[in-house]
Amino acid sequence: MREIKKAVVTVLGIDCKGIIAHISAVLYDNDVNILDISQTVLEDYFNMVLIADVSSCAFEKLSADLTMLGEKLGLQIRVQRSEIFEAMHQV
Amino acid sequence: MVTTSQILSTLQMIDREKLDVRTITMGISLLGCVSDDEQRLCDKVYDHICRQAKDLVRVGEDIEREFGVPIVNKRISVTPAALISGGIKNPAALARALDRAAKTTGVNFIGGYSALVHKGITSADRRLMESIPEALDTTDFLCSSVNIGSTRAGIDMDAVRLMGQMIKATAERTADRSGIGCAKLVVFCNAVEDNPFMAGAFHGPGEGDCAVSVGVSGPGVVKSALESVRGEPFDVVAETIKRTAFRITRVGQLVAREASRRLNVPFGIVDLSLAPTPSVGDSVAAILEEMGLESCGTHGTTAALALLNDAVKKGGVMASSHVGGLSGAFIPVSEDVGMIAAAERGALTLDKLEAMTCVCSVGLDMIAVPGDTTAETISAIIADEAAIGMVNNKTTAVRVIPVPGAKIGDSAEFGGLLGYAPVIPVHPFSSRLFVERGGRIPAPLHSLKN
Repeated sequence: MREIKKAVVTVLGIDCKGIIAHISAVLYDNDVNILDISQTVLEDYFNMVLIADVSSCAFEKLSADLTMLGEKLGLQIRVQRSEIFEAMHQV
Repeated sequence: MVTTSQILSTLQMIDREKLDVRTITMGISLLGCVSDDEQRLCDKVYDHICRQAKDLVRVGEDIEREFGVPIVNKRISVTPAALISGGIKNPAALARALDRAAKTTGVNFIGGYSALVHKGITSADRRLMESIPEALDTTDFLCSSVNIGSTRAGIDMDAVRLMGQMIKATAERTADRSGIGCAKLVVFCNAVEDNPFMAGAFHGPGEGDCAVSVGVSGPGVVKSALESVRGEPFDVVAETIKRTAFRITRVGQLVAREASRRLNVPFGIVDLSLAPTPSVGDSVAAILEEMGLESCGTHGTTAALALLNDAVKKGGVMASSHVGGLSGAFIPVSEDVGMIAAAERGALTLDKLEAMTCVCSVGLDMIAVPGDTTAETISAIIADEAAIGMVNNKTTAVRVIPVPGAKIGDSAEFGGLLGYAPVIPVHPFSSRLFVERGGRIPAPLHSLKN
């Protein structure tokens, strides 16, 4: 069985229509499978953490696409390999 | 599974508290490049470094992008140049070849224009030490270091005297740039062979062909963690620092392992140092002040730093498979806004800094002193610092800049990560006769461990 490469996509910013639609479109285009989504809106602030399987995507392109989308929507969108969070918070 | 709040706390550390990996440093052995022909030596060194480190910067940037953690510097350290330049007349030519290799590979510093003279000076060592002013004047990215003492060998006072003169000469040759050459020149006692941090990095003769080491950072993260335990006893402070240092070091270990795998070069060590930068929120002095001191440098500073230094090591050591380098807290004055402010308000003096170096990982670092400070006074400062290192079995170092033309209260600007520093006073009384004695200060009794 192939090893799954996981990434964490985080989105922060003012809520507006279609954030998830836009992001999932970018993920789909980059051949990324969404594993988990958690989302909160506090007052007007949108805050989403999404776990994705990036085993079969070109990370550099995904990262660039999401940054571009972030600029378009006025949101801070980031994608990071999940190991950094696991290293920091799990022994 | 990592929780959302843990993910957000990591992001906060990176965004607001300036968590970063300070440096990925590739150590490269140049022992195979030896030649008695100057041109041939320089060509071999240049080619070898460019070949070994051709992917270093790209891999560093890839890791940075994929893991979302800034890797501030990519650097190279090499075999102490005096060990390979014995067959040529002017080692400064080798200095320029090293500098060219740094430019070609895209790194921002290359360290290892070094000599290890803690017990005696070979003719090659002397030529190299005497060429340091020219080497640092005619290069941009080269860093130089000289080890003049050790717990095992004692202190080589002839080398101490020579290095005082070389620091003065380097300042004069780079006078038009605030004496910046001295910001790239470190005099060590008990230098370590695997230090990834500049300006004192070199790839020791006990190392292998090549290794990648990582220096972590994160004073802002520690400061922020301590804000949540204000007024609590020191046991709680130490525990909080340990937990934070563990997290920071895990990131360093992850980056080191990944860099080692991608570059196909053995992993050397993770250096658990809290290294400040001149930007606000990235200050070691601010951590000491967070412990309850009105200003860094006041009474209590040494104790606060001792606790910090120890807790960083205890927290970090379990997070990495190989810990090495200097590992502790750094206190470079010009590279830390809190230290700069403390020196400007007169709270932080050279004497207090010397006391602080007894309990932290390096020494008198990035300190601007008046331009009329004599070579003998600088040598005496080096001797004091080396004595602390020798007796306490620890690394100590001196990186002072006698800024040409500058007086107490002036400010010297070095730019970028090197920052700026207020010129602080040295003692006005002469140490000339002391320094002129030369010879060797014997190793302490506890050097006889066998």
